Amino acid sequence: MHLMYFTEQPMSAYPKAEGDRYGYTALLFPNKFFDAAEGSRLYNERLEEYKLVEEVGYDGIMLNEHHTAPFCMQAKINICAAILGAITKRVKIVLLGNPLPIADNPVRLAEELAMIDMISKGRLVSGFVRGGGVESLQANANPAFNRERFEEAHDLIVKTWTTPGPWRWEGNHYQMRVVNPWALPLQKPHPRIWIPGVSSRETIVWSAQHRYPYIALNLPIEESKNVWKIYDQVAKESGYEASPAERGYLIRCHVAETEEKAIRNAREFMWMQGEFTGLTHPVWAAPSGYLGTWARRAMAELRAGYTHVRGVNASLERQMQNLTLIAGTPTQVVEKLRIIMEETRPSILALYGNDGRINHEDSKTCIRLTGQEVLPAVREIGKKLGLESPFDLNTPVSLAYSGVQPPKPAESAAAAN
Amino acid sequence: MSFTESSVDVVGGKVQLLKDGSGPPVVVFHHDIGNPGWLPYYMELAESHTVYVPSHPGYGKSERPEWARNVRDIAGIYQRLLRDLGLNSTAAVGLGFGGWILVEMATMCHHEFSHLVLVNAMGIQPTRGEIIDQFLISTLDYVRAGFASQERFADVYKERPDVDQLVTWEINREMTTRIAWKPYMFNQAMPHLIKAVTVPTLVVWGKQNRVVPLSCGERYQQLMPKAKLEVIDGNHYLEMEKHHELARLTKSFIAGK
Repeated sequence: MHLMYFTEQPMSAYPKAEGDRYGYTALLFPNKFFDAAEGSRLYNERLEEYKLVEEVGYDGIMLNEHHTAPFCMQAKINICAAILGAITKRVKIVLLGNPLPIADNPVRLAEELAMIDMISKGRLVSGFVRGGGVESLQANANPAFNRERFEEAHDLIVKTWTTPGPWRWEGNHYQMRVVNPWALPLQKPHPRIWIPGVSSRETIVWSAQHRYPYIALNLPIEESKNVWKIYDQVAKESGYEASPAERGYLIRCHVAETEEKAIRNAREFMWMQGEFTGLTHPVWAAPSGYLGTWARRAMAELRAGYTHVRGVNASLERQMQNLTLIAGTPTQVVEKLRIIMEETRPSILALYGNDGRINHEDSKTCIRLTGQEVLPAVREIGKKLGLESPFDLNTPVSLAYSGVQPPKPAESAAAAN
Repeated sequence: MSFTESSVDVVGGKVQLLKDGSGPPVVVFHHDIGNPGWLPYYMELAESHTVYVPSHPGYGKSERPEWARNVRDIAGIYQRLLRDLGLNSTAAVGLGFGGWILVEMATMCHHEFSHLVLVNAMGIQPTRGEIIDQFLISTLDYVRAGFASQERFADVYKERPDVDQLVTWEINREMTTRIAWKPYMFNQAMPHLIKAVTVPTLVVWGKQNRVVPLSCGERYQQLMPKAKLEVIDGNHYLEMEKHHELARLTKSFIAGK
C-alpha cells in the first residue's frame, strides 16, 4: 500500500456572511476578504502538520492546486512541493497535480518539477490535471482547447525529461524555439505520473492508455467500480493487465479520540463541499467547450439554472452512510476503510484528513492517531488483499517505458548523495 | 414567398444558407448567439433585395471547422462563399459579432462590397466601457442582456427558452470560445487595418447598448474613411427590437439616399 495524507489547505477565515451575500466564493468573490495574516498562520501550520505526517509513518503527502477561491490556498503546488522536498526526508511528494492547460510554458514546468525531484532526492510523483473551469478563466486559458493543451503539454514535458536537448517543438498549442533545460529529474526515465479525476471517462481512458495510475477522487463505491471497469478494459486493449498498482483512491477520513468529536469536526467537510459544489457558478465550473459534446445538453440546462448539481445537499449522515466520508475513532475508521479496500482494491490510498475550520491541534491529533493506529491496520488489510503499490512492485513508470525498470528509490537517493 | 434553406460546401465544410427576395443582393452576418430564423428584419429587406443569411461555420447547422482559431479564419471561409455565390459587389450587413467578421472580410478585399452596414459591431477595442464578457455568465443571461425589452425576448425565444434552444446557444458559444477567447471580442490590428477600407459604411448603434459600448461605434466611424454613424434608441439586438427602423436605415443607405 501507498498511504498518503491530504488536505485542500483551505483559507476558511473569510466572513461567511459575505460569501452568502454574493452567492459564490470563487473567481469574482472580492479578494479584499482575504486576510494575509491568517494566510501566513495557516501556511505555516500546514507545514508543521506535514512534518508530523512524515514522523507518524505516512508514505506520502498529496498536494493539489486551485485558484481564486478560499477552499484551497495552493496557488502553485510546486512552491509547497519544493519546501517539502527540503523539510522532509522520506515521504513521497505527490502532486495531483499541476494543471497543464493553464501553463503557457510547459518546459518551465518540467524544469520546476526536475528541481523538486532533485531537491527531494527522487521523491517526486508528478501528477497532472486539466484544472477546473475557474482555473481556465482566471488564467485566461481557452477552455475549448483544455484537453488538447493537457495532452500536448504532457507530451512536451515527458519529452523534455527524456530526450536530450537541444531540440525544437512546433505543436498545435505550444511552440518552443529551443528545448534544452539544464535541470532534469533525478528519477529515470522520469518521475512517476499519476492522474486524479472524478470519473470523466476521457481522463480514465487516457490514463489507462498510458498505464498511469488513476486516483479516483472520493467517489461512492459503485462509481469507483465503474471507473475500474473502464480502466481495466482499456488496459486490456492496450496490451496489459491492470492491477491494484494502477488504482488509487482519495477518501475524506477524519480521526479523533472520540466519535463525537470526529463527527463534529467532520462537519467541516460540509463547508468544503459547499465551497466546491454549492458556492461556485455552473458557468465558471465548466465553461463552454471544457467538457466533451456528451455533456453539452446537461450543462446547458445546468448553466441556465433549469437543473442543479446532484448531491450538493447530501447530509453528513448520508455521506457517512454511503462511505464517501468517514469519521470516528481509529478502530471505527479502520473497519470502514476495510470495506472500501475490499470492494474497490486500491493500492494507493489518500486520506483526506482535515478541512474547513478544523483547528491546528485537532488536525495534528487526526494525523497522529491515523499514523499510529489506522495506517498499521490498513497496511495489514492491504497485505491480505494483495494490494501492492507501484513502489512495492517497482512497476514501469508508463506503458511507453514498460520495457524499462525504473531504479528503486533508494538507488535514486544514493545517486544524489 | 417563403425563404429557402440550403447547405453549401465551402472550404471543406457545409454552411447553412437561408435566402429570400429578389433584386440587388444583401448578405446579413448574424450575431454570436446564432440566427433565430427568418426575422422580420430580413423580410423587410427582401421586399426589395435578394437577402442571403448564412450561418457562420461552427454555428447553428453549419459544420464546425475544427481547425479555425480566430475570427479572420471565418472571414476567409466566407470570402470563398461569396465568390461561389457570384456576389462580387454586394451590400452586406454585420450584426454584432457578424459585424466583426464582415469588417475582417472588408480589410482583406473591400472590392467584394458595395456597402457595409455595421450594427453594434464587435471587433474593435472600446475606448470607454467594456464588451460584456459572455464567458462569465450563462447564455440565457447573455442573450437577455442584449434586449431592451424582456417581453420582446420572450416573443422570440419564449419566456423559458426550450432546452434545444439552450443547446444551440451552447454550440454557438463553443465556437465563439474557439475563435474569440483572447483578446476578447476584438482584433488589436483593427484600428489600423480599417483605415484602408474605402467602402461606404453605415455604422448603426443602439444608444442603450449593454453588450458593445458606443465607443466601438465611434471608433469605426472615426477610423473608416467613408463611414457615418447613426445612433438610435435601443440595445444590442436592433434587428429583433427595432427592425423597422433598422430596415429603413439599411435600405436607404444601400440606395444611396
